[in-house]
Amino acid sequence: MWLFKMLSVKNLSKSFNDLYILEDFNLTLPKNGFTVLIGPSGCGKSTLFDLLTGVVEIDDGDIFLFGERVPHLRGNAAYMQQKDLLLPWFSLMDNALLPARITGADIDQSRKKALSLFERLGIGGFENYMPGEISGGMRQRCALVRTLMFERDLVLLDEPLSALDAITRRSLQSLLLMLQKDFNKSILMITHDIEEALLLADELLVLTSPPMRICEQFTFDDEKPRKVSDSRLIEIKEYVLNKLQKEAFEK
Amino acid sequence: MNRSSLIAFSAAIFILAAWELLCLSLDIPDFILPTPVSILKVAIFRTPLILPHAGVTALEILTGILISLAVAVPLSMVMFAYPSIEKAVAPFLVASQAIPVFAIAPLLVVWLGYGIASKVLMAAVIIFFPITVNLLDGFKSCDQEYRILFQLMGARYFKTMRLLYWPWALPHFFAGLRVGVSVATIGAVIGEWVGAQKGLGYLMIQANARLKVDMVFAAILWLSVMGMTLWVFVGFLEKRVVKWK
Repeated sequence: MWLFKMLSVKNLSKSFNDLYILEDFNLTLPKNGFTVLIGPSGCGKSTLFDLLTGVVEIDDGDIFLFGERVPHLRGNAAYMQQKDLLLPWFSLMDNALLPARITGADIDQSRKKALSLFERLGIGGFENYMPGEISGGMRQRCALVRTLMFERDLVLLDEPLSALDAITRRSLQSLLLMLQKDFNKSILMITHDIEEALLLADELLVLTSPPMRICEQFTFDDEKPRKVSDSRLIEIKEYVLNKLQKEAFEK
Repeated sequence: MNRSSLIAFSAAIFILAAWELLCLSLDIPDFILPTPVSILKVAIFRTPLILPHAGVTALEILTGILISLAVAVPLSMVMFAYPSIEKAVAPFLVASQAIPVFAIAPLLVVWLGYGIASKVLMAAVIIFFPITVNLLDGFKSCDQEYRILFQLMGARYFKTMRLLYWPWALPHFFAGLRVGVSVATIGAVIGEWVGAQKGLGYLMIQANARLKVDMVFAAILWLSVMGMTLWVFVGFLEKRVVKWK
């Protein structure tokens, strides 16, 4: 289905105090793919992101971006977390322009682009509001605008919707799909929500407790948006939940 | 007027009234303890005499603040960027505060003379410490997640400093500045006590020698007003600059 690999992780290892969190971990993210990682708490998902982003040093293994070996993804990947991380001293527009200010891009051009993104993501007219003046869902939309303004093909999402209520989460899930479809982004996402994973993923990777490895892999070729009532999805959901429960129990 | 202001105002009125009544009822002479009313009269009606001295002290304090800012801000930035420098400089910073200002005042007067330079330096030595320490703490208190966000966007040190660390540390900076300006008068006045030809400290020494205790109190009142004005001004500035808090 996918012709190119966007990101490859080969034999990645990391230990803390002789406890291996990752040992010879391998992962491939296809170009324009949406890969979701799901696993029990403390299995090492966030450590994987820390290694990818260069926050924590790799003990062993390699990271390849477009086939080229890189030490980490700093400067090469947009990153969005559970916290929106909007700067409270900047308006929403200035927050959105942050990547442009950092990379030295043309501010007028970037402002035009940001304005159209604000409209598209449903927060048009709020550009001059401060982060403290708007709701959590709107803040997260603004964080998404900022992520898009950092024009990178690869986007890392670390539980970006987990702090939101169900309704806001549903509307932002469709925005994440838009990120992949309309903006041609390749997305690697961590989530704890199996339904969210099944709705968004092209590829779902179920992870084990440390040392983290992929114990199940599901590939979805059907059209998105999907429906949670789909019988196959319900079946997978039950299977994955049982698997995760068993993992947690064994741990 | 809110509840806390009302309590403070009432307490001040109560203390002053008790003081006034005590002096009058016990017939305490002015050269021992003047009444608040007589102090206020001297502070207001002797303004032509006090104002030039207050001007000199104010100049010393303001110049001291500017010098301390010029030292504290870059020093904090350097110490934050290079922890090894912080480790090397920290003992000297602590030592500069551990030595009583009274101990170094005579030396500074010997080295820098009876003019305002020695008083400015005294004020600066006192002010720069809280600003430096608070600003450095402010930089350090920046959330790791924000730092990572900036790193991932490829931000360099100066851009991160300008767009993240400085705004983050501003409330800490103002907290340090508020402490600094409120103790700034101490440095200037001590310098003037040791050796000066003008200033409120000089005026206090002169008045005290002539048993004009009401003038001593009037000078203290002027100093208090100057300190409070600086405090209020820094608070006003903080509200204008740190709008998101």
